[in-house]
Amino acid sequence: MTISRRTLLGSGAALGLLTACGSNTGRGKDGSTGGKVALGHWYHQYGEPGTEDAVRRYAAAYDRAKVNVQWRPGNYDQQTAAALLTDAGPDVFEVNGPTLDQIQGGQVVDLTSLLDGVKDDFNPAVLAPKTYDGRIWGVPQVVDTQFLYYRKSLLAAAGVRPPATLDQLVDAARALTRDRVKGLFLGNDGGAGVLGGTPLYAAGLSLVTADGAVGFDDPAAARTLGKLHQLYADKSLLLGAPSDWSDPAAFTQGLTAMQWSGLWALPAVLKALGDDFGVLPFPKDGPGGRPSVPVGAYAAAVSARSKHQAEAKAYVKWLWVERADFQEDFALSYGFHIPARLSLARRAAKLREGAAADVVSFVTDHGYAQPLLWTPALQTAYQDALNRIIKDGASADSELRAVVRRAKDELQRVKKH
Amino acid sequence: MRRRVSDNTLWFWVFVGPFAAGLALFTYVPLLWSVYLSFFDAHNTVSPTDFVGFGNYTAMLRDGAFTSSLGTFAVFSLFIVPATYALSLGLALMVHRVRRFQAFFRSVFFLPAACSYVVAALIWKMSLFSGVRFGLVNTVLGWFGVEQTAWLSTTHPPWYWLVIVTVRLWLQAGFYMVLFLAGLQRISPRLYEAAAVDGARPGWQVFRYITFPQLRATSVAVVLLLVINAFQAFDEFYNLLSDARGYPPYARPPLVYLYYTALGQGQNLGMGSAGAVILALIIAVVTVFQARWFGLGRKEAD
Repeated sequence: MTISRRTLLGSGAALGLLTACGSNTGRGKDGSTGGKVALGHWYHQYGEPGTEDAVRRYAAAYDRAKVNVQWRPGNYDQQTAAALLTDAGPDVFEVNGPTLDQIQGGQVVDLTSLLDGVKDDFNPAVLAPKTYDGRIWGVPQVVDTQFLYYRKSLLAAAGVRPPATLDQLVDAARALTRDRVKGLFLGNDGGAGVLGGTPLYAAGLSLVTADGAVGFDDPAAARTLGKLHQLYADKSLLLGAPSDWSDPAAFTQGLTAMQWSGLWALPAVLKALGDDFGVLPFPKDGPGGRPSVPVGAYAAAVSARSKHQAEAKAYVKWLWVERADFQEDFALSYGFHIPARLSLARRAAKLREGAAADVVSFVTDHGYAQPLLWTPALQTAYQDALNRIIKDGASADSELRAVVRRAKDELQRVKKH
Repeated sequence: MRRRVSDNTLWFWVFVGPFAAGLALFTYVPLLWSVYLSFFDAHNTVSPTDFVGFGNYTAMLRDGAFTSSLGTFAVFSLFIVPATYALSLGLALMVHRVRRFQAFFRSVFFLPAACSYVVAALIWKMSLFSGVRFGLVNTVLGWFGVEQTAWLSTTHPPWYWLVIVTVRLWLQAGFYMVLFLAGLQRISPRLYEAAAVDGARPGWQVFRYITFPQLRATSVAVVLLLVINAFQAFDEFYNLLSDARGYPPYARPPLVYLYYTALGQGQNLGMGSAGAVILALIIAVVTVFQARWFGLGRKEAD
């Protein structure tokens, strides 16, 4: 038989079309391998070396199901949000949430029963945003926080004491700004993104109150946020640095005397600067103020689209509730996080000395978690307003009034469900 | 003979079928689905049940951030369309006149068109217009004693436009230069000879009365493409200005805003779709209007 060129092309095209339809969901072909159920488990990409190997090791140690770990670089929140709309998503996934819309939309499964008896051992600050209607929708993995790093030697040289109030922070940043060193680094956008609600909490206010009302409908809010513009106007802020606030490079390379960054940066700062640095919470402002640091936690959640919800829940319970040894290893052996379990946090020797011990006390005394009702839409509206206040010197009063209006509408919307 | 006909039909579908199916599946179905979604309260779902009529449309049109993103687009196209037009036409005229190394210059100016927007945006952000003292522009300005500027973070004056406009200019000028070159090569030399006989001075007069009118069809196509491209601007904005916490409220074109509304953590697919439909309508109206105004499709020098 001779094959004409056309036949060859035609069948080639057909074959190409068939093979293009494959997909990898992280599950087995029919959802089970060798009699055991196969579960897909997604993680976002952690920067610290060793973390990926560790989570793969934990998954391999589970013997009641075959767990396929997917390590996903890139924009993780958007990847999971899209995947949860389809059947090709994960069974178990870690999430910086779940968000209110994910819970109300029935995209994640109720995990309350997993924490029976051990609920009180989870850090209440980070468990609260995982709780809605009295049910728990994600198991907190580790606690992360952000705070202010300052260079002791530079402060001493400028004759500046570590700032205890927002006004002192503004003055200190100005005094520390020299020819080639800026006083403070709050991210390349001038702070609107990373600070978020932190200054409001430092003024004794909140984003959303415990009973679900707007927490910053108060003249004190505008007063405090207006002071952030002073930092920008004084040219005390480092802007346009090669890496953003989450990376301590600007601080360790001496581009700035103070930087807002995360707990994860502590090992790198320690290695670069030894004991020439200290840590501070965001300083208080006004008579009702108190220092504040944001706390947050990635949580393990189970997708409502999973065909093996019972098995997935059993696996989450095994890994994030029962296997304390793995939880401790995950929190402390690679990056630097505070375990979400109070009993593990108390035991951790690494958290009992130096700057780390200070940070743990910030979290205990001044930590606030972003409320679940603070939706991404509100986050955008507030962050836009804060950005205009800081950089354009827009009137904090009128900007905040618009956000408060928007927040009232949005809170009304989410409470309807 | 009959066999021949059915053979032809078969082969038609073998070749066209996959592409038609792909087009339907990946373009038309999502498009119509998006229109459908725009009439629903669709948070975190693509199969919504809560019909809201034109609620999403009115909410979107009342959303100050969305309307200001349309303003941003208008400002951006006011900068980029004339700038690219003038630069690419200028390059084309110069390259056209060069007697030697024409292929070389053509390739050199065309080369940036092969570069990815993402890569170029990162180079602009990290090395040329980095805000610290070791960024290239700041280094050069530093020789003259100018203070370092945070190009992408400064809103007064809005230096970020300089970065955004130059990166796109660099990327696309070469491509439109090639279009203009093709147009220039089609102008009959006899017209220039006639102009010379009639006493037109070479240079401005010839350009004004011969070259420019003869390029009419090319110009119309170029302006149309430039406007549509400006509408679709996303890559360089996103890569220059976004960070882990979102996007600043300035220089935020419609697509970037819709991306954050519909595909960020918000997942408000109803509002996002409504915004996309509004945007599509605006593009359609502008394009039709422009095409009629300029007479797209008419022959050169009609």
